[in-house]
Amino acid sequence: MSQFFTGLMRLKRGPWEMLATILIGLGVFMLMQPFFLWAYTYSFITTLIGTVMFIIVSHFKD
Amino acid sequence: MSDTPLTKAAEATPPTVARKIRGLSDRAIAWIFVGPTIFLLLAINIFPLIWTINLSFTNYRANRTNRAVEYIGTRNYERILNDSDIWLSMQATAHFLIWTIIFQVLIGFTLAWLINRKFKGNDLWTTIIVLPMMLSPAVVGNFWTFLYQPQIGLFNYVIAFFTGADPSSFQMLGSVDLAPWSIVIVDTWMWTPFVMLICLAGLRSIPDYIYEAAEVDRASKLRQFFTITIPMVLPFLMLAVLFRGIENFKMFDLVVQLTGGGPGSTTEVASINLKREAFEKWRTGYASAFAIILFVTVFGLASIYVKALNKVKER
Repeated sequence: MSQFFTGLMRLKRGPWEMLATILIGLGVFMLMQPFFLWAYTYSFITTLIGTVMFIIVSHFKD
Repeated sequence: MSDTPLTKAAEATPPTVARKIRGLSDRAIAWIFVGPTIFLLLAINIFPLIWTINLSFTNYRANRTNRAVEYIGTRNYERILNDSDIWLSMQATAHFLIWTIIFQVLIGFTLAWLINRKFKGNDLWTTIIVLPMMLSPAVVGNFWTFLYQPQIGLFNYVIAFFTGADPSSFQMLGSVDLAPWSIVIVDTWMWTPFVMLICLAGLRSIPDYIYEAAEVDRASKLRQFFTITIPMVLPFLMLAVLFRGIENFKMFDLVVQLTGGGPGSTTEVASINLKREAFEKWRTGYASAFAIILFVTVFGLASIYVKALNKVKER
């Protein structure tokens, strides 16, 4: 876990990609889940942040 | 001078054109070849995307072109993301997407595994199995509508044969509970062969000597399956899931033909809702915002998936 945070601090690609992936996955789940309307409301912004982050961080160094 | 196609083409080139080309650098010639493709890509893909993003911030209606277009900021997005009808259509899409992928992967892989065993009539069976995939979704939708007819439909009679129920006692397309499953069944019937073909390519790419080495090591068939077959077919399987996932997220024609989104709005998947907003209610700006939401979702999912696929390939 500490390795993950160290990677984030040092702008390493792996941990940042992982974070972006989690955000995209969470956003898609929030968009399609049948439980909470508030989660659906915030789904798009979550997915958008994750997707833009993914595009940017995929250019970081390993 | 030899009479090759290249020399013929050189001779056929008018001297003025030939002189011009001779003066160009390799990079310039490359741009001449790539240029039309880039232009088409920009004109057909990139420009409409940018234009849709632009429209999504307006109240534009395509049926009222004389009306002044106003920029309304993110209001379209706010309305969509608080609309319970669109939320329901997203849930219908999720149901369709998840179950079709589960069934298609399970059945497709099993069929590929069976077809990969050498037996008489192997090629004939492959051809028969892939037939549904070659049909038009409109045709498939149409004849499954007949198969699902409660009075005359073959499907109801087959179910009645196995369960003993009255064939006319249930309606696949008319029931709120069964209609979502009816479209899952048809899509699975139609697209499982596609998954099967991709899995078959994966299975046939595994060299025999790996299995022979496993036999020498006395690995059981089950162990061979889980440590050789599954890991080596996984990249192919993931590719199939990516293709089917993106396709089914945008599924339109088959569902329109089968249920038209009904009964009520039970099977109204996102693309049907989008079409209604754009071409029945003519809320172009609103529909554009909806399309952008769907685009970002598919793009995000595809990014994760391509990354995962590359990792599996590296292993």
